Amino acid sequence: MDLQKSARKTANSFAQVVPVLLGVLLFISLVNAAVPPEVYAGFFTGSPLVDPFLGALFGSVAGGNPITSYIIGGELLSIDISITAVTAFILSWVTVGLISLPAEMEILGKRFAIARNLFSFIFAIILALLIDYTLSLAGVTL
Amino acid sequence: MNGQKKQGGSGGQDGPKGQKPGGGKKPSKLSWGFLAVVIVIYIATAFIEPALAKKAFGIFSGILLQVVPVLVFVFFLLFITDLFIKPEKIAKYLGSESGVTGWLVAIVAGIISSGPIYVWFPFLSEMREKGMKTGLAATFLYNRAVKVPLLPLMIYYFGFAFTVVLTVYMIVFSVVVGFLTALVVEAGGENA
Repeated sequence: MDLQKSARKTANSFAQVVPVLLGVLLFISLVNAAVPPEVYAGFFTGSPLVDPFLGALFGSVAGGNPITSYIIGGELLSIDISITAVTAFILSWVTVGLISLPAEMEILGKRFAIARNLFSFIFAIILALLIDYTLSLAGVTL
Repeated sequence: MNGQKKQGGSGGQDGPKGQKPGGGKKPSKLSWGFLAVVIVIYIATAFIEPALAKKAFGIFSGILLQVVPVLVFVFFLLFITDLFIKPEKIAKYLGSESGVTGWLVAIVAGIISSGPIYVWFPFLSEMREKGMKTGLAATFLYNRAVKVPLLPLMIYYFGFAFTVVLTVYMIVFSVVVGFLTALVVEAGGENA
């Protein structure tokens, strides 16, 4: 057990991570301030394939607390945006982080960060379609 | 650092500029460069649209207050992990030989972890350096989307059936995302 070594290593980690995290937080805040939730609604087309893609795209760019994504998702549902679009939106909100990508690349490696985010984006769309299909099979409507 | 174990030490070639992901490295210019760029954007916004900059800074302060306790916890965890957890243990439960146990540990740990996804990057970097499989790190991060305390809220907005189906699919597909991410990282010449 080497207290000093572990403490030094943790301090180095802190110094490496904090500037990136501050940058990510500042940027997320600016995007959230500049793009109010109602702006998202205007982009959806009603297409069963384009809307989940757009939902995943918006969720990837925005990000932040999942609660916010539920509230925005609920608002989108209430104005008749499809459940696939809303599902893709709330999934990518948490699993994809375009804004935090620089931090992820810096800390976990470029290849890992890009692959993980890309797969998470693709699966946000696939899962949205799958969930919609599963719910319709079960006779559940939202 | 407590003994670098080669097995499953996946971080080595994946880090920026050949650095190993993990705690031992110095902050790179990229970290500060990114922060500097964002600060410049804020200053420009403050000149062009002062109300927007003020609103954004208010949101930032709110998020920062939420993030700081989690960040303190994560760095405490990093310190404790470095001090007490040997690479052999990581290799056993999260390494290349961990099998189903590894996936289950990553899923459960991802679900019970709290706070924003990015505060866990340093911890995962450290774990990978100690021998955690790359795929398990991706699975852990995917399961950050399944938050037990938030399930009642999700049920309120989207209903019970939707919440159950979404949660089950997310857990299952977290393994798929982990597996595929590991494949890509491995294709880049790294242990996964």
